[in-house]
Amino acid sequence: MIARISLRVGVLVYLAAILLVPVGLVFWRTFEHGVGPAWDAVTTPDAKHAFWLTLKIAAIAVPLNTVFGVLCALAIVRHRFPGKGVLNAVVDLPLALSPVVVGLSIVLLYSRDGWLGSLPFQVLFATPAMVLATIFVSLPFVVREVVPVLREIGTDQEEAAATLGAGAFSTFRRVTLPAIRWAVAYGVILTTARAIGEYGAVRVVSGNIEGKTQTMTLLVQDSYDNYDITGAYAASVLLAMIAIATLLLMTMFRPREEST
Amino acid sequence: MISARNVTKRFGEFVALDDVSVNVPSGALMALLGPSGSGKSTLLRVIAGLEKPDAGDVFISGREATQLRPQQRGVGFVFQHYAPFKHMTVADNVAFGLTVRRRPKQEIRDRVHELLELVQLEGLGKRYPAQLSGGQRQRMALARALAVEPEVLLLDEPFGALDARVRQELREWLRRLHDEVHVTTVFVTHDQEEAMQIADHIVLVNHGRVEQIGTPQDLYERPANEFVLTFVGEATKFRGDLVRPHDVVLGALPEDGAEEALVERIAYLGFEVRVQLVLGDGERFDAQITHDEAERLELARGQIIYARLVRRADVATRDELVRPLA
Repeated sequence: MIARISLRVGVLVYLAAILLVPVGLVFWRTFEHGVGPAWDAVTTPDAKHAFWLTLKIAAIAVPLNTVFGVLCALAIVRHRFPGKGVLNAVVDLPLALSPVVVGLSIVLLYSRDGWLGSLPFQVLFATPAMVLATIFVSLPFVVREVVPVLREIGTDQEEAAATLGAGAFSTFRRVTLPAIRWAVAYGVILTTARAIGEYGAVRVVSGNIEGKTQTMTLLVQDSYDNYDITGAYAASVLLAMIAIATLLLMTMFRPREEST
Repeated sequence: MISARNVTKRFGEFVALDDVSVNVPSGALMALLGPSGSGKSTLLRVIAGLEKPDAGDVFISGREATQLRPQQRGVGFVFQHYAPFKHMTVADNVAFGLTVRRRPKQEIRDRVHELLELVQLEGLGKRYPAQLSGGQRQRMALARALAVEPEVLLLDEPFGALDARVRQELREWLRRLHDEVHVTTVFVTHDQEEAMQIADHIVLVNHGRVEQIGTPQDLYERPANEFVLTFVGEATKFRGDLVRPHDVVLGALPEDGAEEALVERIAYLGFEVRVQLVLGDGERFDAQITHDEAERLELARGQIIYARLVRRADVATRDELVRPLA
């Protein structure tokens, strides 16, 4: 009994000290002088631009990673081909690699003397490079969520669909996709959270030009560096609120996913 | 009519099917019987197109089907664990084959209604598979397979996952259904009693090879070899010979050719009584007699009794019995 209570207390205290207090402090400092200054700070043209740019990048990266993630998971679980083990390992590379290294590799590839340095449009220090960096760092989530679920459901239902006359696409749409939909949704939420929260890789490839290539996370750092503490806190709170919304969505999905 | 000709299938080193040839006559109800790992399920999957044979051909209704995908073969397949589409209602499950064929909505509704009635699931169409019992799920899978009016119905261990009573009911029900619908049916089972009870023909498979093809009576009375004799029905060793326990006759008095034996155990199974006996040299064997006979002999443990053989089950030569069916 005592052991159980002390376990709970221990876990809660740890979580509070490590997570809740710092994040709560950000909220408190932001609204210390009321909602007004915070609202002003996140409605400056640069802040609005950063907000929309962040959403735009996520809106490109997330769907691409979702489609790729599902196809990649299908390839890993349902097909046998040479190099499958390598593919399986490479998918996890973004988790292992520091985002700064990711950013640097993109810079090397697209800089003027890089392999892809002479494309007809601007990649580096513009949206395309930021999208690429975001895709890179948020790539594994859908794959990692979908793979175990695909394994678990097995091939029975898909084979049944085949004997009933359904083609490959029809089987995917009517049988496989509904069976993995919660895993995909969960993966999408994680991908979105990562895409919105990414700092390092985007920082390296963006050039951090205010009002042009500045995302929310870059804005927070920038405001902080320029002693615009309110601005930094306000933008942080906005990011934190997006994260909390994501978390809420996640907990809404989770029980249903587990019950099926 | 389904023919598998000289089908061989390997999984890595393991030979699941070794040059297997089987004909299933139109309208027949055939059992693929064998111990687990014998290749019987693989043969069923090869017929359905779910596995590609390494060698050999499959013909369905006279059509060469070896290269056809499962979608094109006109087979209905009932999976061992029924493979229900969990996110669809029972009605949508049954309708699946018709839905992907883009049949008119009204036709699908009527057909589903008809099929649910056939498998005695009327009124359960709006439920989800998880809300059905094992037996109901099995019948749903059967209705789903029958919806597309397959030329061939294939069932993989259809009763394996059910408890004994439901299994018995469903066996009888499947037999009646087959007599009603007349679709050529092949089912896989490891249970010889199940095969004997409902199949017209049995293909006994072992180690990827066909041991014998015939009617249940053929297999029981004229087993092609010792494996068939021991796998189909009971067998016991008596004086070096494999015999059926009911061919051992017990008598109270010594007579010509009878061996003196000690009654070691008696099990009353209703009409039938199993007697475990031991000979003077310690060799054990079983006898199967009727309840009346046991009464007459006043059978008791520790009693000395005289056992002899009335008739030896003929073990026929292989060539004589592995013959194509008419």
